[in-house]
Amino acid sequence: MEKRIAAPEILAEAPAAASASGWRWVGIVAIIVIAAALPFALSKYHVFELTMVMIYAIAVLGLNILTGYNGQISLGHGGFFAVGAYTAAILMHRYGVPYWATLPPAALIGFALGVLFGLPALRFEGPYLALVTLAMALATPQLLKYFDTWTGGQQGINLVKPMPPAGLGIDRDRWLYFVALVVLLLAIRIAANILHGRTGRAFVAIRDHPIAAAAMGIDTAKYKTLAFGTSTLFTAVAGALAAIVIGYVSPEGYSLFLSISFLVGSAVGGIATIGGAIVGGFFIQFVPNLANDISDAAPWAIYGLAMLFFMYTMPRGVVGTLGPWLMRFFATRKTAAPFAARRSEGA
Amino acid sequence: MHQFLQQIFSGLAAGSIYASLALALVMIYRATDLVNFAQGEMAMFSTYIAWTLVNAGLPFWLAFLITLAASFVGGMIIERVVIRPVENAPVLAAVVVTIGLLLIFNSVAGWIYSYTVQDFPSPFPDRPVFGALMTTRDLGVIGVTLLMLVLLFAFFRYTPIGLAMRAAAQNPASARLCGIRVGRMLAIGWGLAAMIGATAGVMVAPVLFLDPNMMGGVLIYAFAGALLGGITSPIGAVVGGLIVGVTENLVGTYLIASQLKLTVAFALIILVLVFRPNGLFGTAIVRRV
Repeated sequence: MEKRIAAPEILAEAPAAASASGWRWVGIVAIIVIAAALPFALSKYHVFELTMVMIYAIAVLGLNILTGYNGQISLGHGGFFAVGAYTAAILMHRYGVPYWATLPPAALIGFALGVLFGLPALRFEGPYLALVTLAMALATPQLLKYFDTWTGGQQGINLVKPMPPAGLGIDRDRWLYFVALVVLLLAIRIAANILHGRTGRAFVAIRDHPIAAAAMGIDTAKYKTLAFGTSTLFTAVAGALAAIVIGYVSPEGYSLFLSISFLVGSAVGGIATIGGAIVGGFFIQFVPNLANDISDAAPWAIYGLAMLFFMYTMPRGVVGTLGPWLMRFFATRKTAAPFAARRSEGA
Repeated sequence: MHQFLQQIFSGLAAGSIYASLALALVMIYRATDLVNFAQGEMAMFSTYIAWTLVNAGLPFWLAFLITLAASFVGGMIIERVVIRPVENAPVLAAVVVTIGLLLIFNSVAGWIYSYTVQDFPSPFPDRPVFGALMTTRDLGVIGVTLLMLVLLFAFFRYTPIGLAMRAAAQNPASARLCGIRVGRMLAIGWGLAAMIGATAGVMVAPVLFLDPNMMGGVLIYAFAGALLGGITSPIGAVVGGLIVGVTENLVGTYLIASQLKLTVAFALIILVLVFRPNGLFGTAIVRRV
């Protein structure tokens, strides 16, 4: 499942390979068909889990844009996830906005906050930005508790799970699965368009050598802020979806652990890949649950070990490592590994 | 006025703990050019070692000394085994690895000692002194920190190995040509940092109580202190840590509710980085193109 979903994205990494191979489209159609058929073959709970996988994938994709492609390290994306979640929750709960209409405001607020945060972040290099965002991740639950007139404080906000449109004949969980699937596909498409074009090349150039990038005429301030805004937009939308799907938000759900989960998911899947986000989504959804059966402490331990393991042996993550290999396997003529995949270790 | 002074003194006590941890961060930053996100959790783990020894019936100060020795060795091993492979890797790899280390220490401590909050004995009696302006405990914490600072200063200033360490940090290539074992110096640097962190942990544990998440907030304040002082300056780290401690106490008493403690640190870090990115005592880093 993981590999299949990841495959077209690997191919999508290389526009050159795309024209060479019709396999790409076969793969994409096959995966969409499988993804659409899957909820009817699984139990409700598993459908819910897969929905969360897709939501985490969107959030990790946001982090990949910022950290993987633009080299700005964020340890605080859980905070932006929380912003999206609370935007959706407050709009639905206080103002009776329908769930689907909360996604655009969440995206907008996510983008605006990201740009606002990205402006001072222009002055923070490497580990400093990591530090600032770490502090933000630690402060998020406190702030959510503090502004309790809006956020419901410690208790959080309970939401009514949305009903599927009448006449469709599917239940709530399966409907939300499709909502998440559509948003995920859209997100991947948009991310691919941004990252494989002029903007994406500017992101990567700034990551690899900011001074050379500036010398070539790239407006580094503009592109770094743009990367921040785009990244947090994705993550905030994921947060809004999560609030809708889970039907509940509370400060404890947006602790440092969530921010670090995104980073781990990103590192495992491949930090400068699009397909890696999906692998990361699977990792975030399933690994802590499995680990929890061992001990309370185990999810953290496994996250920590995974981080060390991947940084030592596979700094490009699963998709970044297997991707070029699979691509060569499928492509009819040999193409060089794309720039982004080759230099995915980051700045 | 009395309360104000009281807050300042207890802020200094808290600040000297932040200062110690900030000093540990600065040492590692200067030696290996990376920010050690696991510094707080390493200190927490050392504190658990001290706690185990004290509970086993050892006198406090003996347990403290053994803890320092164990932390020194542990720090060196971590540098050799975990940090060495990413020493010259991109920043991202180093950040991910130290975060990974943070998680591992936190979970191993939770695994071994459980997440229940433990009492930690204080070596100092808790009596008011100087007309109730401060307690003997605060005085003891400040005293231990000062003593450690003096020892460190003497170590770096007057011993051959201290000189070699400074050389290795300043210019590894030339130091190596002079016959200094740079790798070993870096390992000793990590060992020393772990020791300083352990002192901070043992000093703060009686106040905060001991649990695996004890150092999360302390670490952020230490970062704020290190940045305020300038992350390249050891003196700056100490001054920065003290300022942060006092600020935290005053802000917490007079301005904002204490449940926003971490938010204050967050704001402080942003303010420092925006308005004075090199800190009060730090030197600007000039980069060659």
